[in-house]
Amino acid sequence: MSEQSRHTALHTQHEAHGASFTDFGGWQMPLKYRSELQEHHTVRKAAGLFDLSHMGEVLVTGPEAGEFLNYALVSNLAVIAVGKAKYSLICTPEGGVIDDLITYRLAEDSFLVVPNASNAGVVAEELRVRAKGFDVAVEDQSEATALIAVQGPTAEAVLLDLARPEDADTIRGLKYYAAVELELAGLPVLLARTGYTGEDGFEIFIGSGFAVRLWDEALRAGSAHGLLPCGLAARDSLRLEAGMPLYGHELGLGTNPFEAGLGPVVSTKKADDFVGRSVLEPLKAVEPARRLVGLRAVGRRSARAGYDVVVDGTRVGSVTSGLPSPTLGYPVALAYVASEYSDPGTQVQVDLRGRPEPFTVIATPFYRREKPAGSAQ
Amino acid sequence: MSNIPEGLYYTAEHEWVSEPAVDGTVRVGITDFAQDALGDVVYVQMPEEGTGVTGSDVIGEVESTKSVSDIYAPVSGQVVARNEALDDDPSLINSDPYGEGWLLEIKVSDPSVVQDLLSSADYSQQVG
Repeated sequence: MSEQSRHTALHTQHEAHGASFTDFGGWQMPLKYRSELQEHHTVRKAAGLFDLSHMGEVLVTGPEAGEFLNYALVSNLAVIAVGKAKYSLICTPEGGVIDDLITYRLAEDSFLVVPNASNAGVVAEELRVRAKGFDVAVEDQSEATALIAVQGPTAEAVLLDLARPEDADTIRGLKYYAAVELELAGLPVLLARTGYTGEDGFEIFIGSGFAVRLWDEALRAGSAHGLLPCGLAARDSLRLEAGMPLYGHELGLGTNPFEAGLGPVVSTKKADDFVGRSVLEPLKAVEPARRLVGLRAVGRRSARAGYDVVVDGTRVGSVTSGLPSPTLGYPVALAYVASEYSDPGTQVQVDLRGRPEPFTVIATPFYRREKPAGSAQ
Repeated sequence: MSNIPEGLYYTAEHEWVSEPAVDGTVRVGITDFAQDALGDVVYVQMPEEGTGVTGSDVIGEVESTKSVSDIYAPVSGQVVARNEALDDDPSLINSDPYGEGWLLEIKVSDPSVVQDLLSSADYSQQVG
């Protein structure tokens, strides 16, 4: 596979901002503009602007759209209200995770499914296959859709400056995991209050042809609110502090939802059969052999993806993500460990390139923002 | 283009070594190319003063949020100084890799081996 990696509609903008790029899921994406640490702290204290156009967008429409998604995904999508969103999983018949994704209900018979960049094609194809026998249309709109996120405590202020005055109350009142169609900078968008940073924030779906105008307008409006463009390095350190899984690290075909701590996402109450149900339903009642846990280093060296978790010289698990937390000032990691070692407070070691160092199992998220009193969320 | 000053010696592991002083002491750091690839440095681990080191052994590490790089001893000798300023401000490695962001001073057992390291021209070719 020596396929040339793709550019988003905002590539020229990133180059002009001095981004260094990385290949991610087949796309050339900004890794950082200047300093990934500064970008991280900016999202915690003000706001960051992210190009997430590498994410997929699959539109599912038709009279049986809700029924179909209840079959194709593990959650109960048919019951969510128009304008609301739900985090879910698409699993194999064997219960492995093909992807984690967010689904927005745009209308009674219309849903937008948002898979990860690296899985967008696979998910679109899998949805098409699973749609057989349902009265639905599945359209991969990834190419035509850009996705721009504004994340951080001043994100709402940035959005209000981009919106028409008559939409201000709608934006202030927009709940977490809800979305609304409106205009920003005079351009039609789907505005969602979702994110992957642990902060308040928004994700904006917009036609690729309008992406540059919205990006430039957001930078202009954001300058009064401390907004900076941010790359994938900051996105990764932010999501890890927030304890959020990343496909390919915490989730994969070899992972089941229960060991990942995503049991509540699997709806065994819905009447509909769904792909993976026969394997997943019995797993719900039993203790998984391993669990995804948070780890905090006792020392200053960081655990990294792939390192062994060790107890008394025996391997009991494996680190999936880890880094020195910029906000907390100590190293944190996510790891799968044998369930007997998964209780918070358990002392384990991680083999850091041949030298075992002590770590403590702790609850996630590692970082939780303070919500202002009277917040909409 | 990364900055590769003349008058220093370089290693394939992206470290620089100064011209030995009269007493055979060299200063060691990581190159501009290395700091840029690593990203914002948040933690440095280095041997204490007085530690004996052997050329090409791993003697420490430099960590950013994104990744971690081993520090190799570029030459054999004894650590005679470590840059204590990095304990408080490891970002000096990013802002001034050839100056305030130096790592260690090593008193080299055989100063002539320094001549066998890469020249700035050799190293430039390596990092393209």
